[in-house]
Amino acid sequence: MTEHALLVRSLGKRFGSFQAVDDVSFEVERGEIFGYLGANGAGKSTTIRMLCGLLRPSSGRAEVAGHDIAVSPDRVKASIGYMSQKFSLYLDLTVEQNLEFFGGLHGLGGKALGTRIDALLEAVDLRGQRAAVTGALPGGLRQRLALASSLVHEPRIVFLDEPTAGVDPASRRTFWALIRGLAQRGTTVFVTTHYMDEAEYCARIGLMVAGRLVALDTPAALKRDLVPGRIMAVEGPGLGAATAALRAEPGVVAVEPFGAGLHVRVEASVEGAAIVARVLASAGIEPSRLEEVEPTLEDVFLAAADAGAEAKIRAAQQAETLA
Amino acid sequence: MNGVHEDEGVAPKAASAVVARGLRRDFGSVPAVRGLSLEVARGELLGLVGPDGAGKTTTMRMLAGLVRPTAGTVEVLGVDPFGHDGGRVREVLGLVPQENSLYGDLSVGENLTFFGELFGLSRAVFAERRARLFEITRLGPFVDRRASALSGGMYKKLALACALLHQPRVLLLDEPTNGVDPVSRRELWQLLYELVSRGMSIVLSTPSMDEAVRCHRVALVHEGRILLQGAPQALLSGFDCPVWELRGGVRDAVFARLEGAPGVLASSPAGARVRVVVEPDAQAAAAAHLSGLGVELVPARPDFEDLFLAALARAQRADPVEGSR
Repeated sequence: MTEHALLVRSLGKRFGSFQAVDDVSFEVERGEIFGYLGANGAGKSTTIRMLCGLLRPSSGRAEVAGHDIAVSPDRVKASIGYMSQKFSLYLDLTVEQNLEFFGGLHGLGGKALGTRIDALLEAVDLRGQRAAVTGALPGGLRQRLALASSLVHEPRIVFLDEPTAGVDPASRRTFWALIRGLAQRGTTVFVTTHYMDEAEYCARIGLMVAGRLVALDTPAALKRDLVPGRIMAVEGPGLGAATAALRAEPGVVAVEPFGAGLHVRVEASVEGAAIVARVLASAGIEPSRLEEVEPTLEDVFLAAADAGAEAKIRAAQQAETLA
Repeated sequence: MNGVHEDEGVAPKAASAVVARGLRRDFGSVPAVRGLSLEVARGELLGLVGPDGAGKTTTMRMLAGLVRPTAGTVEVLGVDPFGHDGGRVREVLGLVPQENSLYGDLSVGENLTFFGELFGLSRAVFAERRARLFEITRLGPFVDRRASALSGGMYKKLALACALLHQPRVLLLDEPTNGVDPVSRRELWQLLYELVSRGMSIVLSTPSMDEAVRCHRVALVHEGRILLQGAPQALLSGFDCPVWELRGGVRDAVFARLEGAPGVLASSPAGARVRVVVEPDAQAAAAAHLSGLGVELVPARPDFEDLFLAALARAQRADPVEGSR
């Protein structure tokens, strides 16, 4: 039995000629909230399916709660909970009946199951909805029930695959309060999301690009290390006319529309505000706003995805040259 | 998308592309929209921002002429979609609904062909527009893939391509980035900026605050009404509430004690920070209470989420029955 909740070593999965997951290694500690981010098709769900014991790896190995996923997938399945964006609930059953059903699947019954269901309903704040038909619940409550049903057998690790897709911000917030409580009580949480504000809640984040884990660190460290240069926010009338001049300016990396204004990315070594102000002045534009803005995890994600795409293009070009 | 817009018979004299006045819609006894007015200029991107159930989708459907308002009026390029020549609105308007709007068992190419025929495009015009839409959406390599097998981002791009086939001058997008990863989301936004720069008017709904700030102008929708409307930066610079970041203390314990704290309009656990938005005339009481929780108060620059949460909290205070959900 290792100390790690998850131990992943050179894990790979190939479908025909497509390498969906490529040489991925990481560990997740007990009670950690670990965010696994990536664009659609980056290999997130394939990784999760392997770690849940549902898909055999083509290469490498992994231990989940101390069990090797290739050697004892059934023990893996007994130690984990899984919740996906498509909540697998029975809509014509009540809240309580759904929990009884999932408890039964895990071999729970009688008084023990009753006590467990009480505790779960309390934990996800659904006591008042015990007898409600699941299909009649709003999305946010249904999502909390899906979480409860994935926890009915008290798993040590829970995998949440885009659990908040399509749920409104207030419900997402309530949901994350539940997740934090779960982790504080020692459950390990492995979560994927497309919402970068949610990724901020994770202790550490792994970033997947085209099957490879390209970065792994805390949100703060990722922002510090991965976002090249600095971002200047500019607003004012007639900015569109200066876009080309800004792009041509040495030290300017990228110019993108943002709302009614522009985000100008400059190299870290240059005086961004001064450069932008000078270019705008020579175009006769006086900006109503010009200031540096902090990078977000969204910027991190996009920078990593761009770097990954570039590496892929370079590799393809190299292969072409060699051929 | 060049110059096909000029003489389609819709009066070009209206200054605004979309005008809605006093819109109301009841479903049985439930009011979904309760007196909502908005205007969208040509070449403008307006964001309808609000939580689920705020009435965004119903508003979109009324603007598109699909749901008849219980009260109020709509004009799209000067034409009432519910009037005798309402059919002309369909010719100039594109709608990308939130739910699945494509044929899942048809391929990317077949879906486009279907919508092209629906709009009565000639073979030559269709071929040209299809090529252009493939270019800007980069869907070309997936022409034979079934719509149901597309990722969330690609599906949305196909839905958008289908809605753009007849070159609408007004585009309505209902939560277009829901379930879309950041890379596809950026592509989608680049596309939208390109369309508005060519003069298209866009109304987009979103529950996400970081998308709100990307719009030219936003309308904060809550309980079927607009709470605030304006350019994101203008709204922010007119925002009168102090915002503090709380440093120190145990985050969850601090949260638990923020509820009902005097003068605190909203607290936001978003991200790694804890923020509170404070009523301007109750700063002192709020500061005293928060200091008692053993945290340090650091003034923060208000962001759009702070603004929205404060507007919501004030609306709920003014209208506690409706706002108590």
